[in-house]
Parts: sequence; C-alpha cells; structure tokens
Amino acid sequence: MSAESTLLYLDGVSVSFDGFKALNSLSLVMMPGEMRAIIGPNGAGKTTMMDVITGKTRPDTGTILFEGDTDLTRLREAAIANLGIGRKFQRPTVFEPHTVWDNLELALKAPRRPLKTLTYAISRDDRSRIEEILDITRLSALRNRQAGSLSHGQKQWLEIGMLLAQDPKLLLVDEPVAGMTDAETEQTAELLCSIAGKHSVIVVEHDMSFVRALGVKVTVLAEGSVLAEGSLDAVSANQQVIDTYLGR
Amino acid sequence: MLLRFFLMGLDRKAGIVLTILAILAVAVPVMTLWVPADSPFHLSVFTVSLLGKYLCFALLALALDLVWGYCGILSLGHAAFFALGGYAMGMYLMRQIGPRGVYGNPVLPDFMVFLNWKELPWYWLGFDHFWFAALMVLVVPGALAFAFGWFAFRSRVTGVYLSIITQALTFALLLAFFRNDMGFGGNNGLTDFKDILGYDIQADTTRVTLFVATVAALALSYMIASGVIGSKLGKVLVALRDAESRVRFMGYDTESYKLFAWTLSACMAGVAGALYVPQVGIINPSEFAPASSIEAVIWVAVGGRGTLAGGILGAVLVNMGKSYFTGALPELWLFALGGLFVAVTLFLPKGLLGLGAQLKAKLPGRNKTSPLPNAKTADQKGA
Amino acid sequence: MRRALRWLMAVCVVVATSTAALAADLRPLVQALGSGGYSGTEKALAQLSEAGDPAAVPVIEALQAGDLYVRKADGTVVVARKAGDAFTLTDPLTRAALGDAPAAAVEKIRINNSLRRAISASLGALTLMSPDTGVRRSAADAVFKSRDAQALETLNAAIAKEQDKSVRAAMEQARAAILLTGEAASKMSDAEIQSATDTLAARGDRDALVLLNMVAGSGASDVTKRSAAAAVSTLEQKLAFWAALQNLWYGLSLGSVLLLAAIGLAVTFGVMGVINMAHGEMVMIGAYTTFLVQEFFRAHAPGLFDLSILVALPAAFIVSGGVGIIIERSVIRWLYGRPLETLLATWGLSLALQQAVRSIFGPTNREVGAPSWMSGAFELGGLTITYGRLWIVIFAFAVFGALLVALKRTWFGLSIRAVTQNRPMANAMGIRTARVDALTFGLGSGIAGLAGVALSQIDNVSPNLGQGYIIDSFMVVVFGGVGNLWGTLVGALTLGSINKFLEPYAGAVLGKILVLIFIILFIQRRPRGLFALKGRAVEA
Ligand SMILES: Nc1ncnc2c1ncn2[C@@H]1O[C@H](COP(=O)(O)OP(=O)(O)OP(=O)(O)O)[C@@H](O)[C@H]1O
Ligand SMILES: [Mg+2]
Repeated sequence: MSAESTLLYLDGVSVSFDGFKALNSLSLVMMPGEMRAIIGPNGAGKTTMMDVITGKTRPDTGTILFEGDTDLTRLREAAIANLGIGRKFQRPTVFEPHTVWDNLELALKAPRRPLKTLTYAISRDDRSRIEEILDITRLSALRNRQAGSLSHGQKQWLEIGMLLAQDPKLLLVDEPVAGMTDAETEQTAELLCSIAGKHSVIVVEHDMSFVRALGVKVTVLAEGSVLAEGSLDAVSANQQVIDTYLGR
Repeated sequence: MLLRFFLMGLDRKAGIVLTILAILAVAVPVMTLWVPADSPFHLSVFTVSLLGKYLCFALLALALDLVWGYCGILSLGHAAFFALGGYAMGMYLMRQIGPRGVYGNPVLPDFMVFLNWKELPWYWLGFDHFWFAALMVLVVPGALAFAFGWFAFRSRVTGVYLSIITQALTFALLLAFFRNDMGFGGNNGLTDFKDILGYDIQADTTRVTLFVATVAALALSYMIASGVIGSKLGKVLVALRDAESRVRFMGYDTESYKLFAWTLSACMAGVAGALYVPQVGIINPSEFAPASSIEAVIWVAVGGRGTLAGGILGAVLVNMGKSYFTGALPELWLFALGGLFVAVTLFLPKGLLGLGAQLKAKLPGRNKTSPLPNAKTADQKGA
Repeated sequence: MRRALRWLMAVCVVVATSTAALAADLRPLVQALGSGGYSGTEKALAQLSEAGDPAAVPVIEALQAGDLYVRKADGTVVVARKAGDAFTLTDPLTRAALGDAPAAAVEKIRINNSLRRAISASLGALTLMSPDTGVRRSAADAVFKSRDAQALETLNAAIAKEQDKSVRAAMEQARAAILLTGEAASKMSDAEIQSATDTLAARGDRDALVLLNMVAGSGASDVTKRSAAAAVSTLEQKLAFWAALQNLWYGLSLGSVLLLAAIGLAVTFGVMGVINMAHGEMVMIGAYTTFLVQEFFRAHAPGLFDLSILVALPAAFIVSGGVGIIIERSVIRWLYGRPLETLLATWGLSLALQQAVRSIFGPTNREVGAPSWMSGAFELGGLTITYGRLWIVIFAFAVFGALLVALKRTWFGLSIRAVTQNRPMANAMGIRTARVDALTFGLGSGIAGLAGVALSQIDNVSPNLGQGYIIDSFMVVVFGGVGNLWGTLVGALTLGSINKFLEPYAGAVLGKILVLIFIILFIQRRPRGLFALKGRAVEA
C-alpha cells in the first residue's frame, strides 16, 4: 500500500530495548478522519508505538510518514507535535502548579516560539475557545483551581481538554478512561466519537465496553506486531486473539 | 507593548519590592550626603557600599531564582557569570587607571608590565570605552551561557548532571583565571581602581551613585523577571520545570525556552558582577570558586525559590548574617552557614516567603496545595 | 652515605690489614703529593692510583676536599681540619692524631682543574678494585661520567676480575664511553666500535643518549659517527617508549587515587542516587584518623610505627563510615527523592565538618609519616616506581575488588541491589530498606575513609583535603556512568591517564581545564556516561 493520501503510515517499524523487541516490524495505516481502537495485552507495545510516532523513542528500523510525506523518524518531539499530532499519556500529566485555565491556555493552538509566547496576549477567540472546552470537559466551575488538586478523573478530563485545545490532526489517546466512572466512560466515548471525522484518533484502551461503545475498527497488537484487524466482533472471534489477549 | 509586558508582571508582591527599592534609592543618598554625620540617621559611606554589595548579591540571587525556581535548573556555576561581568567591568576600570599605575605605563595595567608584556592582548581592546565594557558585561556571560546551554539543553542533560557540569564549568574558569598568562591579573585579579566615567571611585557621591545604580538595576531586573514569569512564556517555563516531556509533546521546543531563561539569567548575573566590582574595589578568581555559586543557591533557598522576591530577601539576610559572624564570631560562620543549608532544606523547603503557605498547609482543614513548586516532583525528574 | 661507607671501608682496611705493611708502601707516594707543585702532585697521584691500593682512597679524597696540607716544619703531608684559629692534624693514612698547629705552620696542597679531573679519575680507578660491590658499581659510574682515559687500564683489569654481572656491565659501559670519546676510537676496528656503541645503547638511559649524541656529532671516524647515530635513534625510540610507559604509570597512579576517591561516591551516588557533597570530607576524616592513629603509635609504641597504617585502615573505615551513618540517619533520609536538596544539605554538612576539623586540629597541615615499607623507590627497566604509589595502586584495586565481591556475593550486596532496582518491591519483600540505606551510605563513607588513609600518604592533611577531590570524583562517576562500578574504574583510569598525558604538553593546570572541558562535552554527547544503565527506570 502506498503512503499517499494516508494520514499516518507505519511500515516495518521495530524497536528493541537491550535486545528485547518491544515493536517487531509493526505496520499500521490511518486515513484522515479515521478513528482506530488499539487493544492488546500488557507489554504488547501499544505505548511504545505512540512513543515512536511522537518522537520519544527512535525506531531501529522502519518508516513512519505523516500525511504521506513527512518522515517522523527524523523530527524532534516538539516539531512532531507542531505538525498536528497530539498525545494523551497513559498516566495523566497535567501542569500541577497551574490553574485549569492556564493548562488549557498553554495547550491552545497558538504560536509556540519563545518570543511569541513572551508577548502573547489572549484574544477574544482564544478565550471563547477555552470556555467551550471547559464546557465540554465539565471543568467550568474548576477553572481557577490548581490542576494539582484535581481528582484523577478530573485530570483525565483536563488532559482530554488540553488535547482538544491543541486541535491536532491526529490524536493519540492512551487509556483515557482508566479511573473514570461508567458514566464518565460513556461520555468520553461520545466525546471521542464527536471529534472523529474532523480529526483522526488512535485510542488505546483495555476497557472492552468502551471500545465497543466507540464502534470503530480495532487493531490487536501482541508482542510488538499486529495480530488482527477488523471490527470488534470480528477480532474477538479470532482464535489467536482469544488465546493471547481476551483469554479465558 | 513593552509597557504591557511590564504591567503583566506587576502584582502586589512586585509592588512591595519596587516600593522598598524606591525608598532605598531616595533615603540612602539623603541619609548619607545630606544628613549631618552626628545625626543618628546618618549613614556612613562604608555602610552604603555594604548595602550596595548586598543588593548586587540580591541581583545574582534573582537571576538564579529565575532558572532554579522557574525552570528547575539548579545552577552551581552562576557565580561564573557574575564574575565574568565583574571582570568586564574590572577591565574597564583598569584601563581608566591610565598612567597612574605603579609603573606609570599609559596603556598596560601594572600586572602586564610586571609580566614583561609589551602590548595589550587583543581581548583587552575596546575596554577603555565604557559603552563597550557595559556591552561586554552582558555579552560575555550571555554568550558563554548561550553556548553552554545550547549544548547542555539540546543533549538533554538535566537535574543533578546539569548541576555538576555547571560546577565543572565554574571550576575550569577558576583554574583558568588563576593563570597569569591568561592576562587577567592571575591570582591577584584586577584592583587599585581610580575612577569610573571620570569620577573618583572613592568619592562619597560616586559611591552613593553606584548604590542608586544598583537599586535601579535590581528594580529593572525584577520587573523584567516578573514580566517574563507573568507572561505565557513564564507559564511554559513552570510547566516544563515539572513535566518537561509533556510540554515538548505539546509542541513547545523546551530547549529554546530554557535557553532563553538561562541566558537572560546569566546576563543579569553579569550586571550584578559589574556593579559589584566598583563597589568592593576588586575582582579576583576566587569569585569563580564553586563555593560562591553554592552560597548563592542557599540565598535563594532561604528566601524561597520560585518567588523572585525570596532570592532578594535571602541574599540580603544571609549576607547580613555573614557580615555579622565574620566580624564577631569568625570561627562560627561556617557552622552557621552549614547549619543553614541543612536547616533550610529540611525544615524550610519553601523558604521564608513560603513559610506562610507551609504553615497553612499544616493546619487541619485548610489542606490546599500551595502555589509554590512542589520540590519533590520538580526534582525527581533529574534523578 | 656512600662516602661514609667508603671511609669506613678504608678505615677497616687501614686498621685491620696490618697498617704498617701497606701504609709503608704508600707512604712515599703520599709524601710526594706535597712536593713539586701541580706537576709533582699530578705525578704522585698517577703513581698512587697505579699502585691500586684502596687505602689511598681517603688520602686522595682529602686532596679533593682541599684538606691535605704540608707541615712546614718537617714537610710531612697531613690532613688538617680547621678548628677555631688553628688546625687539627691527622695522619692521612693511619688517621692517627698529630696534634694541633697554627695556620701559619701548614701549607695547603693546591689543586687545579686538570688535577681535579685526575683526582676523580684515580678515585674511580682505585675504587674499581674495592671488595665492596656497591663501591665498585659507583666507581664504574664515576668513570662513565668522567670518561678519563687514564682509568682505562684499571678498568680493563677490573673487568677481567669482576664476578658480579651488573657491575661488569656498568664497567663495560664505562669502558665503551672512554673508547668512543677518546683518541683510541680512531684506532679501533669497525667491529669494536660497533660493540662499544651497542654496549652504550644497552645502557639505555639519558646519559647514554647524551654520550652517543656527542659521538654521533664529533666521533673520531665516520664509522664511529654512523654507528653512534644508529644507536641514538634506537635508543631514542626506547627512551620514548619508557617515557610513555612512565606516563602510563603516572596515569595509573593518579587514576587509582581518583578511583579511591570516587569509588565511595559511586556507591552513594550510583547505588542510592544520593549526591553527597560531603564525600570529600569523609576522605578528609579518614586522613585525620590516620594522623591520630599515628600520633598514638608515636607516643606509645614507636617501634611499631610501620604498622600504624594497617591499624589506620580499619579505624578510618569505621570512623568515616560511622559519621556517614549518622549523616544518613539525621539528614539524608528525609531528603530521598530530592537529589538537588540533598546536594545542598550535604554541602552544608561539608562546610560544618571542615570547620569542625579546623577548630579541633587547626588550619595548618598535619604531618602524616610514611612507614618504611612505603618509602623509597625501585627501578623497573626504564621506570622509576615509588613504593608509596605502588601500594596505593594495589590498594585501590584491592578495595575495588573487595567492593565488587561484596556487592555481588553477599546478602547485604543483594539487598543493596534489590533496593536500587525496585525500592517498593524490596520493601514489600521484607528487606528493611531504611537499614540498607543507612548501611550503604555508611559503606560509601567508609570507603571514602579508606581513601583518606591512602591520600594522607601523598597529599597534605588539612581541612581542605576533601575539597580538592570532590569535583574530580564527581567527574569520574559521571564520566564512567552512574550505577556502574566498572564504569567508575574505567572512568578513573581514563581520566587519570588523559590528565597525565596532557600534562607534559599543556601543563598541569591547563591539562586539568582541558579534561574538565572534555568531560563537559562528553556529558553532552552521552548524558548518562560511558556505561549507562538503560531502561525505563532511569528515564522516569
Ligand atoms: N524505555 C524502555 N526501556 C526498556 N524497556 C522498555 C522501554 N519502553 C518499553 N519497554 C518495554 O517494551 C514493552 C512494551 O511496553 P509498552 O509500554 O509499549 O506496552 P503496552 O502495550 O503499552 O502495555 P500496557 O497495556 O501495560 O500499557 C514492555 O515489555 C516494556 O517493558
Ligand atoms: Mg501502555
């Protein structure tokens, strides 16, 4: 398959740590506007895959192209992020000393160069965009609270909010609903579905009901490479997947 | 736009700091020059120079707090930038001596005549102009900081590793400046200054003017620092102090942010050194000693890191203590200083200015997280 | 020493071997020294040395020292030493006292430069026959230096008689020196010249090189010049080789000092992640403990002084280790996970410790002696190795090996590694992490104390002793890679060698600056050192 017209194109990507292959010739393709769920056992390499896409880890071999022509393996993290790839970490990390509002303001799509931020003054548009995100993430009442004092679930929401504020073309979301209530999980699924279409989304999650609620194509990762791909029902019927992941 | 930038950083704390500095700038000249010597309100010129020295240290502490408190870079080599600024100013003052040196050479400073040098080394050229020296006060520390930071931050040296190589940097400079053939007066450094901008450096009015200049420099630097901290750039700095990789994944090139703050801080330290030299009358390699840098760190820790005003407070308090001890109980000074290091890190992690918040946090029912940096998360990254 | 020995030997000879008989043979010759001016003295001297009797040695030495006089009253040659206004006279051969004489009653036997040369030559020749090997060896060296053709005959005789291999080699070298530089060279066959230059080249030191260079420049014949030039180039290579080896030894020696200083730091920093800026003071405390132990020995058991270092080792380990444990329990344990704060607190401790030692022992250097088995030096090929340095190298490696074994093979070591790798898990498995921390810190500090014992032998024991090593130690640990003892070993030896190899070109200070710059740049390339640990733990 050619890389043209794809948003993200991974081909034969391998990463090893001290001889241990975390990714083993992984190939994956995302189209613009697509949402994809990725599941797989612990240590399958899901987080490592995100590391490789966002520049945190350099692959030993393989190609990673963004929008068909940009080679991500050569870029640094910040440059990759500025291409329009946003990431939510497995462990929620928000800027604890800052208020909720400031966290969103920092994430908001705006020039990132130091001299630009030094002279930055918030515009009316930016303000209303932040308000909007506060609404979506239900954090309006907490806007002046310090992010460090939020609960785990609230931090998850804040991180999702920051991802939205960044307005990336591709969102990489690592276990977004860990620590959320069932209701919140449902809301998150709705939210992600609503942004798909405009954005492409890759969601990593162990929560099967959440994945089902997303209702999108599923890729099963195991031992660093793709085991199966298709609808959730199709992959859950796959004997190999049952053996390595779903189990029992 | 510049005005807005300065206003952005103005909060109540800044108001207090700037007011105190303004009062000092007015009261000290009046009390020294116009209040009669027998009045209890009279200040001796000696005291003025001492105060001026404290404020130079305060400026160094402010610069250090900018990088330590807000970017999490614990520099153990900031005295190097201070000393470089000091040397730049010292070189100007040396050239002002002219033929009044012991050997009466109109161009060469005494120590060069002593070493049998025939002409001025190229890097001394231009230092007979004040404007050039003033520029170098900013450029030399700034350039060194830029080069060092460019390498260090780009290779992602962080935490204690960064601290240790900053210490190595100042140690290397210490060794270098001790050498006679470097052309900076070796062991003895630069001294015996006569005048500055044509005014006798010993004259009361000159001393008071230097003091006022120091106050002004401190106030201006404070406004710049708090302007930077109050801007979105400042928020990025605080964010990257605690979670650098997260900031990177948001598209900020954290290295250039750190480099900006680091270089700005080095320039401030250089200015502090430049104001220090004419007031104490000497600059020598011992300023580069790693111990001086670490001492500056403790000023910030005492006052409270990440507060800007804390560095100023800490520098003044600790140095007043030092003046007292080294005069009255010299044996005990190092015990006191050593104890201060231990006590502050153990019992006052947020410094004097954070004392209120620290106490509040201890009181039951009011367990809000304090606005001060959480030392634990900030430092662990470097582990 | 050697001179005294010769005197002693001469005295023995004179007293024991029937003074009368020998002295009688020599007496007229000695007497002749005093007459006939310079030429008379020179003639008598030549005869004295031809007689080949070592008993003449003290006489000639007295002549050399300007102590030989003629008593005006009877023309007897005497040894006269100034005592106040007058002279004390002794017989030059028997050393029997001859009473005092006023200055006017004696006349000095004067010597000039040519006599001086003759004197050293004849002394050399005479002592070549001495029954004492040491004397013969130094005599051969003296002849080598003077290259006096007059000694040639004696030398040949001595070589023929010589049993000791190394002394014979020295004599042959002396002979070769005389032959090549003297007039004889023009009459020698090519083979003889070749063998002479070979002999000189085999000597292989700087003196031989100077000599050969001289011959190569102004030899008697072309053959001589050519063969000397060839010898010069091989010798130069050989000397360069030894010089490099000597540098390597210095590097190894400095490296093991660095290793000693850094190894404790590698434990506290590498294993525990604690930046102990007071590490240098632990070294200093070890050095002062050595001083105290030695004081005790000096006062109570001076005869056992040589053993003081052996007692100081465990003492220093315990004292420094104990101080370390106290520091860990009282300060550091509250600061785990806050390395920058630990750094500041331990810096404060280092200031206080320095001042404490200054208050107790005073600011000046304290004298720590070397036991006899650590003083002196020996030669190994072209290397000069001092025993002190050798012991420190051995000691450093022994400490390193012991630590390695302790960490790998003992339960304590296992606990340390478990705590390093996963603290909560180790805790959960019932390892008392707090105790392991304290003991590990104590171990690191104790090793620093051991380093202090070693450093007290080569450095000034002053309150600032530790300061000089702390930055270097950090450089070693950081360069080698934190958390890896082998890295520390390689780091220490590499930095030590780089330092020593730079020194001849750049000077000590500039060399050090260059090394610091090198490390600063190196850390930029490999922020985690030579032997970096990998994995998620270090990235967290
Ligand atoms: N920096 C690293 N150093 C060493 N090993 C690593 C590193 N990063 C990942 N690994 C290893 O690679 C493997 C894949 O890890 P990864 O975090 O990608 O798994 P995952 O699929 O996200 O698992 P989980 O569902 O538990 O989050 C693991 O075995 C992990 O230990
Ligand atoms: Mg994961």
